[in-house]
Amino acid sequence: MAQPAITSPHAESKRPFLTEQRRSRITAYTFISPFFILFSIFGLYPIFFTIYLSFFKWDALGPMKYVGLKNYDLVTSDPTFWISFTNTLIMGLMGTVPQILLALLVAVLLNSGMTKFKKTFRILYFMPNITSIVAVTLVFSTLFGNNGMINWLLNSLGLDSMAFNSGWWGVKIAISTMVMWRWMGYNAIIFLSGLQSIPTDLYEAARIDGANRRQQLTFITLPLLKPFIIFVTLLSTIGALQLFTEPYVFLGQSGTGSTRQEGITMVTYLYSEAFRNGFFGTAAATAVLLFLVTIIFSVLNMLVSNRLGGDTGGGKA
Amino acid sequence: MSTLRVFKKKPDDLGFVGKILYYILLIVGALVSIFPFYWMFVVATNDKGAVFHVPPLLTLGDQFVENFKRVLEKSDFFEALGNSLFVASMVTVSVVFFCTLAGYAFAKYEFPLKNVLFYFVIATLFVPQQLGVLPTYVIMAKLHWIDSFKALIVPAMVNAFGIFWMRQYISTAVHTELIEAGRIDGGGHFRIFWNIAIPVITPAMATLGILNFMTVWNDFFWPLVVLKSKENYTIQIALQQLFTTRDGLDYGMIMSATFTATLPLLVVFLLFSRWVIAGLTSGAIKS
Repeated sequence: MAQPAITSPHAESKRPFLTEQRRSRITAYTFISPFFILFSIFGLYPIFFTIYLSFFKWDALGPMKYVGLKNYDLVTSDPTFWISFTNTLIMGLMGTVPQILLALLVAVLLNSGMTKFKKTFRILYFMPNITSIVAVTLVFSTLFGNNGMINWLLNSLGLDSMAFNSGWWGVKIAISTMVMWRWMGYNAIIFLSGLQSIPTDLYEAARIDGANRRQQLTFITLPLLKPFIIFVTLLSTIGALQLFTEPYVFLGQSGTGSTRQEGITMVTYLYSEAFRNGFFGTAAATAVLLFLVTIIFSVLNMLVSNRLGGDTGGGKA
Repeated sequence: MSTLRVFKKKPDDLGFVGKILYYILLIVGALVSIFPFYWMFVVATNDKGAVFHVPPLLTLGDQFVENFKRVLEKSDFFEALGNSLFVASMVTVSVVFFCTLAGYAFAKYEFPLKNVLFYFVIATLFVPQQLGVLPTYVIMAKLHWIDSFKALIVPAMVNAFGIFWMRQYISTAVHTELIEAGRIDGGGHFRIFWNIAIPVITPAMATLGILNFMTVWNDFFWPLVVLKSKENYTIQIALQQLFTTRDGLDYGMIMSATFTATLPLLVVFLLFSRWVIAGLTSGAIKS
């Protein structure tokens, strides 16, 4: 199918400077250059500028005024920042831990080789991920409304209604549920690919040695799945720390988005500092703090996930 | 379970009760996954009060057209849909092209600093978008790109995930001998890429294209920051605007809009789902 192209005679250069090796290097650098050019302008430069900006007072219009560490002082002494920080952590935990465990369970079920409709199930479980967060949030805001379906279910079970759109825990439960719904299937598919990469003869050998199901799980499945578990928890952690759209849209019915305390996250705090209040300096400081928190949690994550499955050293995918 | 061993079952077999439990779990999970889609349609096809019906209404109605008419009164719905389509297509074509080029270079060329540069690409995946959002906004303002599609398209024209993805696929799918043969025959570098590599890697390009299209289509944060005027709104911003009316929320209208906005993506996904999921399950994170 892939026939060599008809070649033009002038392709061979007579200039000695452009040797074949040089030419292929130039080609390679040309091929990868779009990324590095765009990333320098819209990625790298902004990062350094954010760090620089965090030491200045600026409203994005007038002149910048050097204030040293004052922005960091302002942010860390603002109670709303700390509320956004705890909210982010609480919703992060509520939205990712059960979600990853469920995703593992679903992946194991789908991999067990009994299902007739494996492909259909995979598609159904993946579907939530293709919807926009805005649409998801709008749908869930009706389900979680005061007279919504979830409260109706709670009432039919004899429980009290919950204020999902204004209560301290209610808001957090509603938002974490949206996160879980959207990402559980996606992560299950990633885990499934990990499970399928484990050679079946390992299980056969273990069975011959008399290993039961639980032993197979702890000594074969979990250790070999480790790289996938690390990948999924890492990405989920980073995603959880950047939570923005769900709280912004969910709590935003009454105006232009929301920074209501029950659901404010670090990114909504950043957004409102910069684009609503015009405090670019403190917003930059918030961004830097967010980055530090992300690094700390990613490292913690790696340390915890690395101890998983015990003795089978570094993971290989 | 062990009592059933008489039937000489395969060692993996869960037995009858296990099997039932297994299917119940899977089906409940699948129902939870698709119920919100159905609910969206239920609200979209019923009249205003349907959301507050007790017990919850679960049957489809015939008010879809009525509801959707109010969407058209309140917003430039199809204009926003067109904007999203334009932005997402431009970004997708560009991402697929540049990421394939870069992935090909990383997979098939030898050059100084190759590994360092590749690790750099991977490392950028872990930097939160928000870290650079303020200066990027300032750059856009300086370029007079605020409220223009350029602000959405240009920074997104190539990305690290796509490069990583294409490199993984190209390093196994495109044989080096073929490329060398092409070179001996005197083919130019780009020509070999275009005529020899591209035909082999179309499935990976398609998967990357679909995943990227969905990401751009569903993006909310950055469009919210840079788009100012109504006629430039992408569909996500337009949807969110429908939600912020102060005069009581018209859920029938909102859901008929979200449903119509979700439908194209849903159809595309169902058509290509085999590829997308197979792509995700095969090449995603092998190193």
